[in-house]
Amino acid sequence: MTTVLKVQDLEKNFGGVIAARNINVEVNEGETIGIIGANGAGKTTFVNMVTGYLPPSSGEVEFLGQSLIGFKPREVTKLGLCRSFQVPQVFLSETVFDNMLVAYGIAEQTGFSLFRPIHTDDRETRVDNQLERYQISDYRDTPASALPQGVRKLLDIAMATVRNPKLVMLDEPTSGISVEEKFDLMDIIMEAMRQEDTTVMFIEHDMEIVERFVDRVWAFYQGEIICDAPTAEAMVDEKVREFVIGQEYHPAHLEGDANA
Amino acid sequence: MTRLFDKTFWGLTIGLVALFVLNFFLEEWMRTIGLQTLSRGLVAIGLLILWRAGLVSFGHALFFGFGAYTVAMLQIVGVRDIFLLMIGGIFTAGMLAFVLGFLLRQYRAIFFALLNMAFSMILYGVLAKVESLGSTDGIGIEQVTFLGINPGDDNYRFVFYIFAIVFAYVSAVAAHWYLKSTLGMMTMAVRENEIRVEYLGYSSEKAIHSKYIISGLLAGAGGVIMAVTVGHVDPDSMVYWPVSGDFVFITILAGTGNVSATFIGALVYELLRTYAFEFAPEIWQLILGGSLLLIIMFLPDGLWSIRSEWRHKRALRAANRAQASSEE
Amino acid sequence: MDFELLIVILIDGLVYSSYLFLVAVGLTVIFGVQKVLNVTHGAFYAFGAYLTAFLIGLAANGGWPDSGGFLIILVSAIFLGIVLGIIIERGLLKFLYDRDEHIVVLATFAAFLVLEDAILLIWGTDPYLAFQPLALLGNSEIAGLIFDNYALTMIALSFVIAFILWYGLNRTQFGRVLLAVIFDREVSMAMGINVTKVFLITFIIGTFLGALGGAYHAPIISVQPGIGVEVIVLAFAVVVIGGMGSIPGALIGAIVVGISRAAAVHMLPEVELFVIYSIMALVLVFRPEGLFAPIKARKI
Repeated sequence: MTTVLKVQDLEKNFGGVIAARNINVEVNEGETIGIIGANGAGKTTFVNMVTGYLPPSSGEVEFLGQSLIGFKPREVTKLGLCRSFQVPQVFLSETVFDNMLVAYGIAEQTGFSLFRPIHTDDRETRVDNQLERYQISDYRDTPASALPQGVRKLLDIAMATVRNPKLVMLDEPTSGISVEEKFDLMDIIMEAMRQEDTTVMFIEHDMEIVERFVDRVWAFYQGEIICDAPTAEAMVDEKVREFVIGQEYHPAHLEGDANA
Repeated sequence: MTRLFDKTFWGLTIGLVALFVLNFFLEEWMRTIGLQTLSRGLVAIGLLILWRAGLVSFGHALFFGFGAYTVAMLQIVGVRDIFLLMIGGIFTAGMLAFVLGFLLRQYRAIFFALLNMAFSMILYGVLAKVESLGSTDGIGIEQVTFLGINPGDDNYRFVFYIFAIVFAYVSAVAAHWYLKSTLGMMTMAVRENEIRVEYLGYSSEKAIHSKYIISGLLAGAGGVIMAVTVGHVDPDSMVYWPVSGDFVFITILAGTGNVSATFIGALVYELLRTYAFEFAPEIWQLILGGSLLLIIMFLPDGLWSIRSEWRHKRALRAANRAQASSEE
Repeated sequence: MDFELLIVILIDGLVYSSYLFLVAVGLTVIFGVQKVLNVTHGAFYAFGAYLTAFLIGLAANGGWPDSGGFLIILVSAIFLGIVLGIIIERGLLKFLYDRDEHIVVLATFAAFLVLEDAILLIWGTDPYLAFQPLALLGNSEIAGLIFDNYALTMIALSFVIAFILWYGLNRTQFGRVLLAVIFDREVSMAMGINVTKVFLITFIIGTFLGALGGAYHAPIISVQPGIGVEVIVLAFAVVVIGGMGSIPGALIGAIVVGISRAAAVHMLPEVELFVIYSIMALVLVFRPEGLFAPIKARKI
């Protein structure tokens, strides 16, 4: 089992505010991690620190044995760790196709050449394959600004994974999506990830999604991880129930009822 | 490879050939209009690239003037050949853009625009007040040679015109191909979403820096051509802030749709200026300002949008006809 | 540096500062409220100067007392403030508030060009000299040097205007409304403030101030084509240095620019413009919001 990501003693404080403290976790290859916690508990801060957007105050982050401390997001991306955003970050004025084209163009960029247009037949094939994989081919020529929220999220993730990253961090992939569509969306995403052997970590508020797709749960509370355990265990953990999911929550596997 | 040789490429090539042929029939004053158009069009290409990246500079007369004054300075030390002068002008303007770019790439929106303006006014201040640089009187420019050859007084402008159209053609095609490449698409990407650019693996600041350098190179080249065309360089006509304003005017007039539009925009500007001035010197600014207002209000995507509007309508009509005939 | 030179630089500097302040403060108020960098302001200054010089000339020929010049200055400024203000704001800016900020600046640049030629069409290219109010007030001796009293009154005027503006902004109802709009346009609208009316009134006030700057300056200078072009870029420097949208900033910026300019003119004339625009560049680099950052809106 390769350790894909190792975080040690990660800390972040802004002046007097402690946004993260004492974070010590590991991700193994193929293990799907679910990051849960109330708003402001430190989940997105964690993602921002790991991906280089926010420098930690102290601690170590290792990705496939390489320290990520001091790296900028673009360097982290090039190493094979990519992320998606809670609010999809796409090029709104452009079509889905052009968005993907730019993503592939940047990923495949080598040096400066006037004579290589971004739009080649090869690249077009790759773009279409990726659109196919995320099942958004129908929207190929639609401007990103006109996309339904779910499709825009898929585009965001599709763009994030053009480099076939080893590890991907998804920030609330199903937020803003209607209840009926959430599972379908996650099915598409997880299948696409499986095809590329990408290890997935995602932040999620919907516990049914967590239960269905996640192997291991990290529960955040006030900047610390109060529980790092396999899903079944985490869902009945006392601290998790008190600070994150609520005492009323009935995990599906205990009840035995299929509430989807 | 075929994607490179698209409609724009052929349009520009046909334009080059047409202008080449036209050269044999032009009167001097027409040639002057043509040369000034090419000069400003080059600057506008650089501004088009920056505008696509979401940036507007209110101070590109800085590079334009730098290129022009480099010609003057090189001539003072005896350099007469246009190829050397052009290389010199492009090089100095490019170096300036390279250096200033480290600073400017960190700014956006109105701060970027004003910082450019401030630098251009610094140059203006130096040139206008320092006697040895000609002060407000400026410096005269001598005739140039072409790879050492002096074509003689009769053919001088004829030959320089050829140099200018070839240079402009190469620059325009290069710019067009640049905009089709990944680096060129970065203009849109940086404008639309810098965070996404960063997370896709590219530095938006480096992208802006390189585009800024390109715009500096082009503006410097424009300055060189103008200096030789007019035979004179001075701060008021080449570095003062309204000159920068006029460059932006041409860019707006052209729109960001296509590189060739910048030359059309520059031509319209040149014709407006020349004819309005001929007609009544006190109304050319009025006409210029009025035209700019009309463009801003009614044609916000510039002249090029007329073409895409027209094609769009033509496509609609064709679709309607197809539909109508299929329903019969 | 000897004492005399110091006094000369100080007084001359403050004289430069005062008319720059009058022009710049209108510019900064308009920017603060409407977020428009109004290039047309240069034309307001020029119009103020031309109209005043012209009317003073007429008045002098008509046998009016020279003191009438002051009335002419005030009336011209108010007239232009209202007329030009309404034309530009209602006739142009109204349509552009939702457009990209660069486009708006370009539109004001275009309007500037139009108005510059309007001046040429109305008043021709010959310079106007309206020295009557200048001559009327005589001169004083300060530290062994002679200064025109008129120029000194201009310094006083700018402080008076600064005070009136400060009072108006902080102590009146309308001022409070303005502060709200500067803070956050949308929230102000949601609170029921008629932002459209506020924009118009602010613009008229700004135009009035620009025109006043030109009007009051007219007797000191030779009123000729190009004064607007020169003043607007200096006013930009003042506003950037002091802080865009800040009235005390306009005062400080004007003093910085004015004194620097006077120092250069009297000691090393070649660096006059270089110094001013270098300061502008330095401020943009190290403190882009200006030396006096205006009230910053705290957005949640």
